[in-house]
Amino acid sequence: MPVEKELYLSASGLTKVFGFGRQKTVAVDHVDLNLYEGEVISIVGESGSGKTTLAKMLLGLISTTEGDIYFQGKKRDISTHRKKKEYWKNIQAIFQDPFSSYNIFNKIDTVLLDCIHMRGGRKFPYAKKVELMTEACSFVNLKFEELTNKYPFELSGGQMQRLMIARIFLLKPKILLADEPTSMIDACSRATILDMLMQLRKEIGMTIIFITHDIGLAYYVSDSVYIMEHGKFVESGSADDVILRPKEPYTKRLLNDVPKIYEEWDLSTV
Amino acid sequence: MSNTMLEVRELTTKYITRFREDVYAVDHVSLKVEEGKTLGIAGESGCGKSTLALSLMGYYFPPLHYTSGEIIIDGHNITGMDPDVVRKMILGAEIAYIPQAAMNALNPTQKIIHFIEDVIQEHDLYVTKKDIYERARILFETLGLPAEVLQKYPVELSGGMKQRTVIAVSVLLLPKVLIADEPSSALDVTSQKMVIKMLRQLMETGLISSMIFITHELPLLYNVTDDIMVMYAGQIVEKGTAQETVFDPLHPYSKGLMGSIIVPEKGLRDVKLAAIPGVPPNLKNPPAGCRFAPRCKYVREECTLHSIPMHEAAGRRAYRCIIPEKELREIYAKEAYRNAR
Ligand SMILES: Nc1ncnc2c1ncn2[C@@H]1O[C@H](COP(=O)(O)OP(=O)(O)O)[C@@H](O)[C@H]1O
Ligand SMILES: Nc1ncnc2c1ncn2[C@@H]1O[C@H](COP(=O)(O)OP(=O)(O)O)[C@@H](O)[C@H]1O
Ligand SMILES: [Mg+2]
Ligand SMILES: [Mg+2]
Repeated sequence: MPVEKELYLSASGLTKVFGFGRQKTVAVDHVDLNLYEGEVISIVGESGSGKTTLAKMLLGLISTTEGDIYFQGKKRDISTHRKKKEYWKNIQAIFQDPFSSYNIFNKIDTVLLDCIHMRGGRKFPYAKKVELMTEACSFVNLKFEELTNKYPFELSGGQMQRLMIARIFLLKPKILLADEPTSMIDACSRATILDMLMQLRKEIGMTIIFITHDIGLAYYVSDSVYIMEHGKFVESGSADDVILRPKEPYTKRLLNDVPKIYEEWDLSTV
Repeated sequence: MSNTMLEVRELTTKYITRFREDVYAVDHVSLKVEEGKTLGIAGESGCGKSTLALSLMGYYFPPLHYTSGEIIIDGHNITGMDPDVVRKMILGAEIAYIPQAAMNALNPTQKIIHFIEDVIQEHDLYVTKKDIYERARILFETLGLPAEVLQKYPVELSGGMKQRTVIAVSVLLLPKVLIADEPSSALDVTSQKMVIKMLRQLMETGLISSMIFITHELPLLYNVTDDIMVMYAGQIVEKGTAQETVFDPLHPYSKGLMGSIIVPEKGLRDVKLAAIPGVPPNLKNPPAGCRFAPRCKYVREECTLHSIPMHEAAGRRAYRCIIPEKELREIYAKEAYRNAR
């Protein structure tokens, strides 16, 4: 890890327990994580392994049961509404199901205007706001003129996901948490979405936490990879180390179970 | 000599919407599935894969309508057969279809064995429950599924087990062709692998004679199939062996598709993903001429004038593009050279 890079976000002993007694689920179990400026890290795990719960804790959307989160060297404080809003200027998210992340009664202009307002542009003249929104839409290959007055549910899944990226383009957060951003769209459109995310990363110098169940995708996008199983990180390291030279049996199994194109897919192991 | 289990000639079908608009979802599709072989169908969502599956079974219920073309199953021409007869005589017995998300369609209040009784009695009213149970038990045993599953309710089974159960039930009547439509998309990688292993087993044990496998996940398709057809906006744009289609695509759309493959293998991080710009056309109003022309990097004036037929290429391959094979290869070779520098 280059030493001069700033440690943006870190977590130690982060734990989330849902329910109690016999209903108790330890969704995230004493997880440590370090995120440096400009990095892309991936968190890979099967469904139910605790990825989304971890993401929600990092975002401050749900409380933590145990453990600490540090942001830019200081213990994160989101105890008041104002502090939370301040934190969310720095860290933003894209979720798997784009339809779940909007108020469906807000028109698309409102969704984008909110982003401009969050960045302190409330007092901009309207023409300036339109210019910003148009720029954001064209970045993701959408036409702003065609979107005005539409509701999010009138868009296709792929268009919605691109609108989410347009939001991020306007918000320019330091950290983007992308939770399975391509798992609802088909393999063919996936490349387009990934391209846009990586372009955006270059453009605004974003640091990315990429959450996925797709180990190939993780390998493609990230500098380092964390493998999650039952709420715990079982292996982590540089993408090349973890994917090409896995040590843990669990990582090996995940890799083994994915169909590949150069290597034989061994069906005898299940 | 190989036996053709299914042959489809120039099949064209459409949806007629509530507003009396035509949606041309399957346009002049021809295909052949030989005994013992698996044919793959690739293409992005909305290109007509599921509609093709329904169409080639002769399963026409509004809003889906037959327009033209022929369907021959194991030598029997079923073109024009009444859809209700198709449901009784063809579905399950000749061609079995596992629809997308089939496992979620299981009736939650019905035990698996009762679901199986319904399936069999639809075709044979006189078989006893005891015989049905025996048949199901033997089938499950052959496929390595625990017989206890038969007495369970769907909620008691994991996603992977539910899907394998649905697949097992679908082959009870020993169909000639099994169509699996995105059978493992909703499953994690390990359950996916178990599903694929079971499909292979069905073929090896002779429970089915051939298979059509539909998915947009190309690495999966490559591993499961012998031949691949690439579908775009209701048309087949390329046909060839799995090896040819994935490693040596000819049609510009297939080329783009194969360039978007992501697998955790050495070297992958160094190649730039090919993202195809734009979106597929609306099938209510597909472009004249080549349907891919509006998104194609190599578009020429002639492309948009009239519809493009399939062209034969080396081997048993075919593709739907006016650019000759030799010229396409030169274009791709130059591009690869430029990208490598
Ligand atoms: N609000 C909640 N209440 C109770 N259990 C939950 C809640 N959210 C998640 N869980 C449980 O926590 C575990 C991890 O879930 P999640 O973080 O969504 O996993 P992933 O995103 O990796 O699929 C699962 O067992 C899930 O059922
Ligand atoms: N019931 C229907 N009525 C009208 N159009 C339909 C209907 N079902 C599907 N379509 C249209 O037909 C096209 C092909 O759909 P489908 O066969 O489901 O594609 P795929 O399986 O490749 O995702 C799409 O454009 C879709 O919008
Ligand atoms: Mg999740
Ligand atoms: Mg479909």
